[in-house]
Amino acid sequence: MDPQRKRKIRLVVALSVAVLLSVALIYTSFSASTEAKEPSQLLSAAPGTSYEMTGKVVKGSIHQRGAGIAFRVVDRDGRGESLPVTYTGTVPDPFRGGREIVLTGALRGGTFVGEPETLITKCPSKFTTKSDA
Amino acid sequence: MPSLGSALLALAFLAALAAAALALTGRHGDRRRIDLSRRTVYAFCGLLTACVAIVEIAFAGDDFSFNIVAQHSSIETPEFYKLAAMWSSQEGSLLLWAWVLSIASSAALYATRNKLRELVPWATAVMTGVAAFFVGLMLFAPDVNPFQTLSPAPADGIGLNPLLQHPSMMIHPPMLYSGYVAFTIPFAFAIGALLTRRLDAEWIRATRRFALIAWAFLGFGLLLGARWSYTELGWGGYWAWDPVENAALMPWLLGTAFLHSIMVQEKRGMLKVWNAALIVGTFSMALLGTFLVRSGVLQSIHAFGDNTVGPYILGLIAVVLIGSTALIVSRLDDLRSQKRIDSLVSREAVFLVNNLLLVALTAVIFWGTFFPLISELFTGTKASLAAPWFDTYTTPLAIALVLFTGIGPLLAWRRVSWASAKRVFRVPLAVAAVTAVALILFGDATEQLWAFVLFVFAAFALTGLAQEFWRGAAARRSLVGGSLPAALVGVVSRNRRRYGGYVVHIGIAVLLIGIAASSSFQTNRDLTLKPGESAVVDGRKVTYVKPTVAVSDEYLQFGNVVRIERDGKATTLRSSRRYFRPTGQEGGTIGSFFEGEATSEVGLKAGFLRDEWIAPQPDISAVQRRVRAADRGFRACVGGAPGTPSQCKAVAAMMRAAAANPSLRPVALAQISKLQSLAANRIAESYVRDGSATIFKFIVNPLVTWMWIGGLIALMGALIALWPARGRRRGALVRTEADALKEAKYREIRDAELDHAAGKLSDEDFALLDAELRKEAVQILDKV
Repeated sequence: MDPQRKRKIRLVVALSVAVLLSVALIYTSFSASTEAKEPSQLLSAAPGTSYEMTGKVVKGSIHQRGAGIAFRVVDRDGRGESLPVTYTGTVPDPFRGGREIVLTGALRGGTFVGEPETLITKCPSKFTTKSDA
Repeated sequence: MPSLGSALLALAFLAALAAAALALTGRHGDRRRIDLSRRTVYAFCGLLTACVAIVEIAFAGDDFSFNIVAQHSSIETPEFYKLAAMWSSQEGSLLLWAWVLSIASSAALYATRNKLRELVPWATAVMTGVAAFFVGLMLFAPDVNPFQTLSPAPADGIGLNPLLQHPSMMIHPPMLYSGYVAFTIPFAFAIGALLTRRLDAEWIRATRRFALIAWAFLGFGLLLGARWSYTELGWGGYWAWDPVENAALMPWLLGTAFLHSIMVQEKRGMLKVWNAALIVGTFSMALLGTFLVRSGVLQSIHAFGDNTVGPYILGLIAVVLIGSTALIVSRLDDLRSQKRIDSLVSREAVFLVNNLLLVALTAVIFWGTFFPLISELFTGTKASLAAPWFDTYTTPLAIALVLFTGIGPLLAWRRVSWASAKRVFRVPLAVAAVTAVALILFGDATEQLWAFVLFVFAAFALTGLAQEFWRGAAARRSLVGGSLPAALVGVVSRNRRRYGGYVVHIGIAVLLIGIAASSSFQTNRDLTLKPGESAVVDGRKVTYVKPTVAVSDEYLQFGNVVRIERDGKATTLRSSRRYFRPTGQEGGTIGSFFEGEATSEVGLKAGFLRDEWIAPQPDISAVQRRVRAADRGFRACVGGAPGTPSQCKAVAAMMRAAAANPSLRPVALAQISKLQSLAANRIAESYVRDGSATIFKFIVNPLVTWMWIGGLIALMGALIALWPARGRRRGALVRTEADALKEAKYREIRDAELDHAAGKLSDEDFALLDAELRKEAVQILDKV
């Protein structure tokens, strides 16, 4: 086979692989993603569907309940009606009232039940180190 | 002092602009202007150093008239953290960015003071332009001037978040910054090369070292961040695919690709467009990392500063991307390479594959990181991707990379015949096969297919690399004699770039083994135990021996002693949770201990084969109830209301006396605060008697230590590769570009000789290659 042709075939193969992979990437990312919602939107959301909730923990609302905790969250701007949340398992260090959290879970009987190991607490605003991975 | 600082900062801004102007106006061979421009950059560096010194002196001397000090430090902050508190602020980070850039620029210009005459002026302009941008931000953007003052100055500052008070957290940000910043240098020289159409490998030779330094800093910064997360946060993980982590990983991956592909340009004059695009991409990713942390467009566990500088940085990224792309497109004709890859079985072909893998990895991470924005654009709702999605794609790509980490070093440049390939692949393939069989027979590794594949590939790569060292040392020994270790040292120190790179490969393979093992075979369990109770996890008996309590002025600590027994061997782990008062607050109600941060003090037994990790979540509701009651009691005492308990008659009397005579007030308050701390002690100690349940997060993490060891090995490799060559070539005059070219070709010939002596090149291959190289060398000599 002459080298020109060989190169062309190689290029076509490489490009097709790249295209296939990107299609898979795009397709799975839309199906694997969880919709993000704020507490006020979740109050009227469909029960049972998994959402990624971003909200602010209401100060003084955290209570121990069995092996887990129960608390309430409001929208990040601090407004709107609060949503009751339960979570089982250990919580990250920075977790407490007034902090913003991200939690994946679903609504069950009007309460947002968080999936274990998905609670993320944002560090406080004073914590402005650029990158503290 | 603040006004002096402001003045110096403004002067630095002018110096950066002046250096750029001098460089650009003198670019057609006006040596005096170019020299002056370089010295202005040194002055710029001096001015910023003075600015940093002023801020640091303010931190050290608790000068709370500086806003930055009042916001991020306090009198009680330990000295070491005072000095490091600068970069916990947005303005301090910007100052650090600009300062590190000024140092790197000065070093780059010093190193090239007699070289690259056409290119340096443009590179100077780019570097000082970027520096002026960051200094300008501090001067003109709202609220990010490090010399902002507070009037009147507060008596004490707010202090530094206790979570941040960890040694590795203090070096982690400057490491990452230095990494981000140092990529400016190769970027600036690449732009200079494109503008002047000097597109051979000279800009690469001049800045390769800086790219390697940037890469090493960034990598070390990432490693420190992971380590901090693992040991300090009560989470037990080291990586979460969080946007800010990804933002630091992406330039590192592209930088890795760049470091490999520039070798192909150096040796073969190929991949020029690719290299230019890679460094533009790497630098843009570094800026994007800086931007992401500052903008709040993506949800992250990393808190974002105020949204004041984000848009400006985004503007800079746009300018960089559009400008560079236009420049590369306009130079496409000059960037075309004359040569083609000879064979798919050659080192350059493997480098190309490794580049594609690294870029694909970056693309996947980029897509996942920005998916919330992408999905909002297309579907109208923000949706995000979690760690499993990232794992699905990054795992196979990383595994393929490990394979090529092993293949690359085994192949010679240009082409490898079937015979020599067979010779070098024999042992590594055999070891990989034995590893596979052993894992299938004796381990449970096959339950996790990806991990299994990675272990086999890593065995292949590590054997291949070991063989390289062995054959190199043997070849040297046959040349000069002596002992094998001496020959090993000799061959490494004479070929630092090559063997430094191999050491990095070993480190990365070890690190990936650690990641694969700890993520695939981890046991992670939440246990709810009361004192004296035990549970069995993964063949281990975990016993909650007893609760412990510690009290200080700053925090209350509720801890525990846990015993872990396995096969008759017992280890004791102590872990606890500390409840801090709000930063900067001393004294106050007992309840204030629960108003500040809470941190986990992790119990960790690190081992070569596995780590046992534990963090508690104590049930302190009974303690908190008592604290509330005590605080109510104190309030009642102080108020002296009717019906106050009899014990606090004395306190009430003191407060009445203080009300009558204000000079007694401090005495009374001191007395009360003493009583409060006594009460706090007593109540805290009641926790031990409560016997309440604690939720333990208990993790058995196999081979996680390999990650840290692998990372350090890789860092050591980078240092070996960076270490300046010494010996017979030191005195060689490398003044002109032709000299440098000649040197590079000689090195290539020596490389080929080593490859031949080490048996990597067959006699025929070597004869062909040597003839080619010598012909090329003669061509260069003719030009000289």
